[in-house]
Amino acid sequence: MVTRAAPSRLTARERARRAARGGASRSVPAPLLAPALIAVIFLILPLAGLLIRAPWARLGAALGGSDATQALVLSVWTASASTAIALVIGVPLAWVLARSSFPGQRLLRALVTLPLVLPPVVGGVALLLAFGRTGFAGRYLDSWFGLTIPFTPLAVVMAETFVAMPFLVITVEGALRSADQGFEEAAATLGAKRMTVFRRVTVPMVAPSLGAGAVLCWARALGEFGATITFAGSFPGQTETMPVAVYYALENDPDAAIALSLVLLLVSVLVLVSLRDRWLRGGSPL
Amino acid sequence: MTQAGSAGLVVEAEVKRGGFTLAVGLAAAPGQVLGVLGPNGAGKSTLLSAVAGLTPVSAGRVTLAGQVLDDAEQGTFVEASGRPIGFVFQDYRLFPHLTVAENVAFAPRARGLGKRAARSAASYWLDRLRLADLAERKPSQLSGGQAQKVALARALAGQPALLLLDEPLSALDAGTRLDVQTELRRHLADFSGPCLLVTHDPLEALVLADQLIVLEGGRIVQQGPPALIARQPATGYVARLVGLNLYTGKSDGSAVALTAGGTFVIPDQGQKGDVLVAVRPSAIVVSVQRPQPSSARNTWHAKVTGLTLLADRVRLDLDGQPPALVDITPAAVAELALAPGSQVWLTVKATELEVYAHGAAPAG
Repeated sequence: MVTRAAPSRLTARERARRAARGGASRSVPAPLLAPALIAVIFLILPLAGLLIRAPWARLGAALGGSDATQALVLSVWTASASTAIALVIGVPLAWVLARSSFPGQRLLRALVTLPLVLPPVVGGVALLLAFGRTGFAGRYLDSWFGLTIPFTPLAVVMAETFVAMPFLVITVEGALRSADQGFEEAAATLGAKRMTVFRRVTVPMVAPSLGAGAVLCWARALGEFGATITFAGSFPGQTETMPVAVYYALENDPDAAIALSLVLLLVSVLVLVSLRDRWLRGGSPL
Repeated sequence: MTQAGSAGLVVEAEVKRGGFTLAVGLAAAPGQVLGVLGPNGAGKSTLLSAVAGLTPVSAGRVTLAGQVLDDAEQGTFVEASGRPIGFVFQDYRLFPHLTVAENVAFAPRARGLGKRAARSAASYWLDRLRLADLAERKPSQLSGGQAQKVALARALAGQPALLLLDEPLSALDAGTRLDVQTELRRHLADFSGPCLLVTHDPLEALVLADQLIVLEGGRIVQQGPPALIARQPATGYVARLVGLNLYTGKSDGSAVALTAGGTFVIPDQGQKGDVLVAVRPSAIVVSVQRPQPSSARNTWHAKVTGLTLLADRVRLDLDGQPPALVDITPAAVAELALAPGSQVWLTVKATELEVYAHGAAPAG
């Protein structure tokens, strides 16, 4: 016996592929193929369902309903506001984590990234306990400034910032860590003080990561549900963001729910497209 | 060591970096280009880094024009951004997100000039280095030679009192290197402060530096005018760099017993005691038969172990007592039928030997 298996058929196309790129057979073994197909169907089918069931003809009307429009507007401005806040306070935090050293730094990094894995509803409860009318910080805000945060648009922004900012922080921190510090040294020899170096060299050099982090942060804020509904509730026009609106609309206006879901799906696709250089081409994430 | 007085740069310091210690004492007068020559890992970059304030000294002090920049004992330290220095990095480090003009305007801006004033300061230096055409380009659109000039312009635009150059030409290809070198020499001549130029290229050091320091293993092993160091190298490293045969030995005034074996007759009334003998590879004559007695006083037997074709000559690697590198023409190689293993006789005139005291660096 010369061969251990009967010869199989090799198409001309497969011959060409193997000749050009080398490598052995790339056919998928059956025990891997079936589960992989199930996974694909499981991930794609619900999205397909969304597209199939969409009230395409009445999309405009469904979205134009005052509740839906209000939710859309609220979501966009709160997500943008929390991204802006994350940029203002999160980028300095990323710098501190990446560039300075102090005792407890590793612990701080772990704490800061905790909201990434924390169930958002727990975040909402925590925010309520801290900034609620009787919370340990909210009590003083209420008695000193007459400021009540829960169930206001400000609460929405805070909930979204709490959940979304870590995405920006870890993205920017990673970029700062891997950035070539030789340029900052060069800036120092040219007379630039630390803050000037940060403003004119460090930030522009990590700008692509800053952009990616901001997009991630904005997308996460836009989709925020658990922390928002816990800490801010769902008052239409006040605190009812798109995900919250989808959740309630599903009962009495399914078409509006589907239309809003489509908008969120579209945003997700756009986010993926804008980050494609970083994630979809096998580059290192974050 | 402090003959440059308070006017120039004086470094009397020790710098520890990891397991490496650099211990140097040097002075550079205003207008002087002090070359720092040494192999990789000798501590050249550490020296620049300490002078620039990017690495603090662990002992001793660094002063510029009498002003203390770093003093380990006193605890005084001027941050890099506060030192009046211009630093040209080996890899230039031009800011990739800024144009050439913005790069050159960086130092004036950082030192407090307004946008417009900084811009005009930059255009002065761009004109002066004939870079005006490149003002709006990004560093990624520059050739190596152009980037080098922009890096120099950027360093000079801060009107530094001290210029630091780290291997300024090493990133350039051989063709552009000569042009840039000529121009760099001109700009260095115009610069009124002291200049520290680090290089591992002896030719660069010979052309650009007024005084030379040879650094090996974190210590200064030789210092003096470049021409003298090229003629009388103190260590095998420098000898190889400048392409000389270098032998250690003991002299009785008329002959030197070489450590590597053999004896050289030297000119009368020569050095006594421990000496170094330097011989140019082209000063040694190769013959196949034992030469007739002649005016050349030194003759020894050797075996060819290697042949290397240099630009216009062949360098023979010879094993004997002592071993030697000898340069001859390709025609001579053919005529004498030389190949690895060939047995030859070497001859050198006593007057071709450079004999000088070992240990003490040649006086500058």
